[in-house]
Amino acid sequence: MTRKKITAALVGNPNSGKTTIFNNVTGGRQHVGNYPGVTVEKKEGYKNLGDKEFAIIDLPGTYSLTAYSQEEVVTRNFIVNDKPDVVIDILDASNLERNLYLTIQLLELEHPLLLSLNMVDVAEDLGVKINDSKLSQCLNGTPIVRTIGVRNEGTDAMLLAAAEASENKQSNGFKLDYGSDVEEAIKKLEPLLIALHNEIKFPVRWLALKLLENDANIKESLVKLSNSDSIINECDKIRIELSHKIGEDVELFVAGQRYQFVGKVYQQIADVREAHAITTSDKIDKVLTNRLFGLPIFFGLMWAVFNLVFTIGDIPSGWIEDAFGKLGELIGSAMSDGSLKSLIVDGIIGGVGGVLTFVPGIILLFFAISILEDTGYMARAAFIMDRLMRKFGLHGKSFIPLLLGFGCSVPAIMGSRMLENPRDRMITILVSPLMSCSAKLPVYTVLIAAFFDPSVAGNVLFSIYILGIVLLMIMASIYRKTLFKGESEPFVMELPPYRVPTLKSIILHMWERSSLYLKKAGTIILAASILMWFLTNYPSEVEYSKDYDALTVQAEETYTQQVGEDVLAPLNIEDIEQNEQLTALVGEIQDVNAEFDEAAAELEEDSAEYAELETAKTEKLQQIETDNPELYASAAKYVELTASLEEEKTHLENEQTGEKLEKSYSGQLGKFVEPVIQPLGFDWRVGVSLVAGVTAKEVVLSTMGTIYSLGETDENSKSLKHALAQDPNLNPLVAYSLMVFVLIYSPCLAALAVMKRETNSWKWPAFSLVYGTVLAWVVTFIVYQGGKLLGFGS
Amino acid sequence: MSKVLSEFLPGEKGTVKKVTGNSMIKRRIIDMGVVAGAVIEVQKYAPLGDPMEVKVKGFNLSLRKKEAEMIEMETA
Repeated sequence: MTRKKITAALVGNPNSGKTTIFNNVTGGRQHVGNYPGVTVEKKEGYKNLGDKEFAIIDLPGTYSLTAYSQEEVVTRNFIVNDKPDVVIDILDASNLERNLYLTIQLLELEHPLLLSLNMVDVAEDLGVKINDSKLSQCLNGTPIVRTIGVRNEGTDAMLLAAAEASENKQSNGFKLDYGSDVEEAIKKLEPLLIALHNEIKFPVRWLALKLLENDANIKESLVKLSNSDSIINECDKIRIELSHKIGEDVELFVAGQRYQFVGKVYQQIADVREAHAITTSDKIDKVLTNRLFGLPIFFGLMWAVFNLVFTIGDIPSGWIEDAFGKLGELIGSAMSDGSLKSLIVDGIIGGVGGVLTFVPGIILLFFAISILEDTGYMARAAFIMDRLMRKFGLHGKSFIPLLLGFGCSVPAIMGSRMLENPRDRMITILVSPLMSCSAKLPVYTVLIAAFFDPSVAGNVLFSIYILGIVLLMIMASIYRKTLFKGESEPFVMELPPYRVPTLKSIILHMWERSSLYLKKAGTIILAASILMWFLTNYPSEVEYSKDYDALTVQAEETYTQQVGEDVLAPLNIEDIEQNEQLTALVGEIQDVNAEFDEAAAELEEDSAEYAELETAKTEKLQQIETDNPELYASAAKYVELTASLEEEKTHLENEQTGEKLEKSYSGQLGKFVEPVIQPLGFDWRVGVSLVAGVTAKEVVLSTMGTIYSLGETDENSKSLKHALAQDPNLNPLVAYSLMVFVLIYSPCLAALAVMKRETNSWKWPAFSLVYGTVLAWVVTFIVYQGGKLLGFGS
Repeated sequence: MSKVLSEFLPGEKGTVKKVTGNSMIKRRIIDMGVVAGAVIEVQKYAPLGDPMEVKVKGFNLSLRKKEAEMIEMETA
């Protein structure tokens, strides 16, 4: 069956239940993208009904159709340029007066329109009864249906009515009378504009009105046309004349007229019984934004969100990390050594795994944000924080993304979507990496443990976090005054009634955002991981300063010889397995040692627990010795020799890896940047680590581990701490400088990739990389050189 | 008596006389239904003293005090 295709655009005020209807009608069949050139989301969904196939576009929620916001321009341009078959205006019946203000403007676009009176149940609970047929009559017979979006009631009927409305291509002739002065000016303008009508698709009367309102967007599109100069001049003349006559901005006069008309209509169609009753929502609000409890409740909720995203989210992240580690091992053991294996295991699996570990946190973040938004609390959070945030050029809503920045910049940047104003959004995105994210923490802890006394460790760490926040405030104010200046975003916004969110909309929301992250950021991160893998592994043929293979062979030979002399010869055997008792004894001693190593791995050598474990180990070994007096010495010797061979081999291997890294492209890069970072007290080794750290901040640590020939390292590594403490180039001042630099410099790849996605351009991630690194250099320079002057440099 | 909206105390009610000031914020205020003749009741101020929350045409609107200064009111 071929179905008749109908495109329907959903338009309505924010919080009118438009998106709920969209989600309920289209279910999972959605496609989310961006409108070209702007960061406004474009959502499209599909639904088959009888012999018709509906393509439904969820346009952004708007209160009006001015040129002041991207959302409003997108909405009106879509209706006029993309010509959907029908526009469905979703009206919140409990808030009809303000909703009808938009309806008037939609009618003026002279496009087939269907009104959908939503939330009638809520209105009736408030004591408001609407007379549908009377409303339709007041608006020249514009068709009306009723829906209850949350329960998906009346939506099929809505679509069928929309199909019917789409048949009627002619405008229903609705015209709002703006009074004789305005009407006269419109009449003067119309003949001039008809000539342009082939090129501009807007209705002529609407165009005339917008020009009288001095609409920036419409004027701009006129300027692009040829021979439009004289028309624009004429328009300006008529507009100025008119505003003199009415004694007010035409724009405001027109808006006032619309509201007057709507007010009159509302009086005729609505039967209001209990005016201004105190609603349940008002009662909830009295508590949640209370002068005394408002702030504590807010911080409590933020604490809960933070823990949900980072504490609970860490659990599945760990599983994903483990699973990818296992997968890497599995594939690693199945393939023969070589660069293909290294690419797949270290580059691709490592890279994809790294991307996926963010996913649980992101899913939970959007879960929390959806709940905050759908319940209506988000607007109150902004209401509570606005005064504080405004002090440094941010908006009340910026607080939540910035707080998330303590955990990870990726959700912070994605979370800044909740800011509607592009300037506020950009500032928030650019400053959020200055929050000390959780990946930077292990770098701090190792450096602090290596160079600072435990008694000041907490203060040192705290000072770094504070430095980040102070810089964030300074940078935000600077951005507000330079790159993103202009009128500050007004805080004129609706505080929507509290509502119980629907599970469906929360789940769809989560899914939408998370899959976007996976698709877009994922590919960029994957490509970058492969690049980093290449930089650290190539050139593959390196001329080593020592012949590592020969040294390994030599170590093995020495071992065999010593075992022969000291263990085998006295017992008259050629292999330890010839003496079963000896073999068993070796196993026993090794077990005791392994047990001790495992238990002591994370302990400080001078701690009491460590000493305790050591005593226990010695006691166990003595017991074994008493039980086997004849063979114990030989077995112990054998164990000792084997262990030192293993150690020697690991050492050689790590040294080789370290040298390979030094001579790799990334090592060359480190040497290349050395002159630039020398004034900060850093040598090439720090340089390589910082370059590699752009992939992810915790990589600074693992790279240092490799360079200091230690193999795998993490924040629990005692050996890295010791190696760092012994490096003559490092001292507490350099360590602190390094922490400062790691805090500020370029966001990691994942954050840059998300930034690209959110700003729709490579310009901002590139800017962020450069500004972050320059700022890091300047601040670190001040810290290091200042510290040296004060005598901390030794 | 006439004064601006930012001078109202929680619970105080009045009618909008005129919206003054710069065009973008003014337009935004008007688009939200704050036009001459509309009845506004102040609900509360935020815990830090700014912004404020008012009820107009049956819904709750928040605006900063600076923005409320642009709304000239007539008290009943």
